[in-house]
Amino acid sequence: MIFFLLLVAPPFLSSFLLTLVTQALIYAIVAMSLDIILGYTGLASLGHAAYFGLGAYSVGILATRYGAGFGITLPAGVFLALAVAAIFGLVALRATGVYFLMITLALGMVVWGLAHRWVTVTQGDNGISAIPRPDLGLPWSLALSIPFYYFALAGFFIAFWILRTIVRSPFGQTLVGIRESESRMRTLGYHVWLHKYIGFVIAGGVAGFAGVLWAYYNGFVSPVELQLATSVEVLLMVALGGRATLIGPALGAAIIVFLKNLVSVYTHRWLLILGAVYILTIVYAPEGILGAIKWRPKKVKPKTVGVEDLTEGEIGGSV
Amino acid sequence: MEFWVTQTFNGISYGALLFLLAGGLSLIFGMMRIVNMTHGSYYLLGGYVGLSAIWRGGNFPLAILAGALVIAIVGIVEWNAFLKRLGGQELGQVLTTMGFALIFQDLALIIWGGDPYTIPVPAMLSGAYQIGQLYFPVYRIFIIAVAALVAVLLWLVLEQTRVGAMMRATVDDPEMARGVGINVHGISMMVFALGALLAAVAGVVAGGFVGVYPGADFEILPYAFVVVIVGGMGSLKGALIGSLLVGLLDNFGKALFPELSYFTLFAPMAAILAMRPTGLYGRA
Repeated sequence: MIFFLLLVAPPFLSSFLLTLVTQALIYAIVAMSLDIILGYTGLASLGHAAYFGLGAYSVGILATRYGAGFGITLPAGVFLALAVAAIFGLVALRATGVYFLMITLALGMVVWGLAHRWVTVTQGDNGISAIPRPDLGLPWSLALSIPFYYFALAGFFIAFWILRTIVRSPFGQTLVGIRESESRMRTLGYHVWLHKYIGFVIAGGVAGFAGVLWAYYNGFVSPVELQLATSVEVLLMVALGGRATLIGPALGAAIIVFLKNLVSVYTHRWLLILGAVYILTIVYAPEGILGAIKWRPKKVKPKTVGVEDLTEGEIGGSV
Repeated sequence: MEFWVTQTFNGISYGALLFLLAGGLSLIFGMMRIVNMTHGSYYLLGGYVGLSAIWRGGNFPLAILAGALVIAIVGIVEWNAFLKRLGGQELGQVLTTMGFALIFQDLALIIWGGDPYTIPVPAMLSGAYQIGQLYFPVYRIFIIAVAALVAVLLWLVLEQTRVGAMMRATVDDPEMARGVGINVHGISMMVFALGALLAAVAGVVAGGFVGVYPGADFEILPYAFVVVIVGGMGSLKGALIGSLLVGLLDNFGKALFPELSYFTLFAPMAAILAMRPTGLYGRA
């Protein structure tokens, strides 16, 4: 239903709304990719904007400096994000909880620092501008907003399909198992670290893919795309929509994108409103919108604190 | 030679500022495991409150006092109203405190506007000592002295007093601490207020040095986090060594490799964490 609406929507939308939907689709990809680590695996990352930014900067640098086409920038952007996620994952996944948050933050700052200061390559705070829209050899020019909308929509569908396939696969189910009880999964013989690692790298790659689309959409990349506030904003999108639902984070992304753009039309004080949304989300909808709406069968869920102790106690008691 | 001495001195004085900011944050982390994105805002707001105190005819010590008290109250309110319920929920903490950080950022812009200001420092703290060819600004020496004083005071309180023993017990094992009758909530609130207060002091002190300006909150926040994670959460010694390390790395990085300066700061941090995920002096 939603997908059908997205397909037929363009003629009914003003060009302003259409660009907002395009923007929402791209952010939805980032939010869905983060959902793999945050929602399905239960690891909150504070550095996810780094992979988004890496994808975007790959396009910016390759397209403006070397005139590279989409056939080169897409694999380059995704590969760079995958490669960096593969390295960062080795460091970050040694930790969990608060430590994981903090390490991903430090790693995200490494990438941000390069974008911010390595002026000869990234042009620093000025950013890279005048990135041309890609030419795919189609009869429609992607410089126009409707063809680009379909281009972004195709990207969204592909990312959604890939991520949905992953979360429904045995691999995805294992991630959920790890989230619920790491020690139990380990006892059952799963390679817990490897599953987390693969999930982490895939999430990075998909975020890089979104970054590629974003660079073409925006025509401009700057360190803002990979700063800490952006990473937190993506976390908000996932939390607001509902963790571990994929479609929830996409919804969350759409809400935040629309909120930011529409509120800023009426008032300069949109940071106040965005700040309030952060707080209200946690106070009133800690499980997100989908989590609040969705009827759930009553799960037997002991308090999260002490679950592991309890299990170990039981094991100890039965031996 | 001159270069090395000057840069080392600058690095140490910046490290001293970072210690003021991150010492309290480290205790907050260690005790409550709260990821506080508002900590940079305390620093910024502290600077602005100090500035207002001076605009209204106050002197420099009064500015520090005003910033410290106002922000300690802000911290207590935020802790009581929201954060104490979010124990163990990292995502909730990050998002709530981020919300506050954005709100504070915008409020500061409404109240104090977008222009950068410098907090005027007393005459006895301006100028510089000269030793041979080298100049040592008095104000930087003052920052080092303040940080040293705070470090000694914190150490005395933590190691030599009854309250300090309760704090350490709460860091080590909150459940046992509660079990033996320690008021863990009261202690936690006190530590949270103390962290906010120290951040505000850092903000006022920094106001006479790098100035107070919009965006300083999110500029300094990653530094505070990095100090805490490298030193190890909840460890005063770790915070001290982490601050000096970050101050020096930052200074030399910016002087020697300006283009890669953040990389030279954060990459070694990541390397340390790769080897010791809980930081230099942290416990899991």
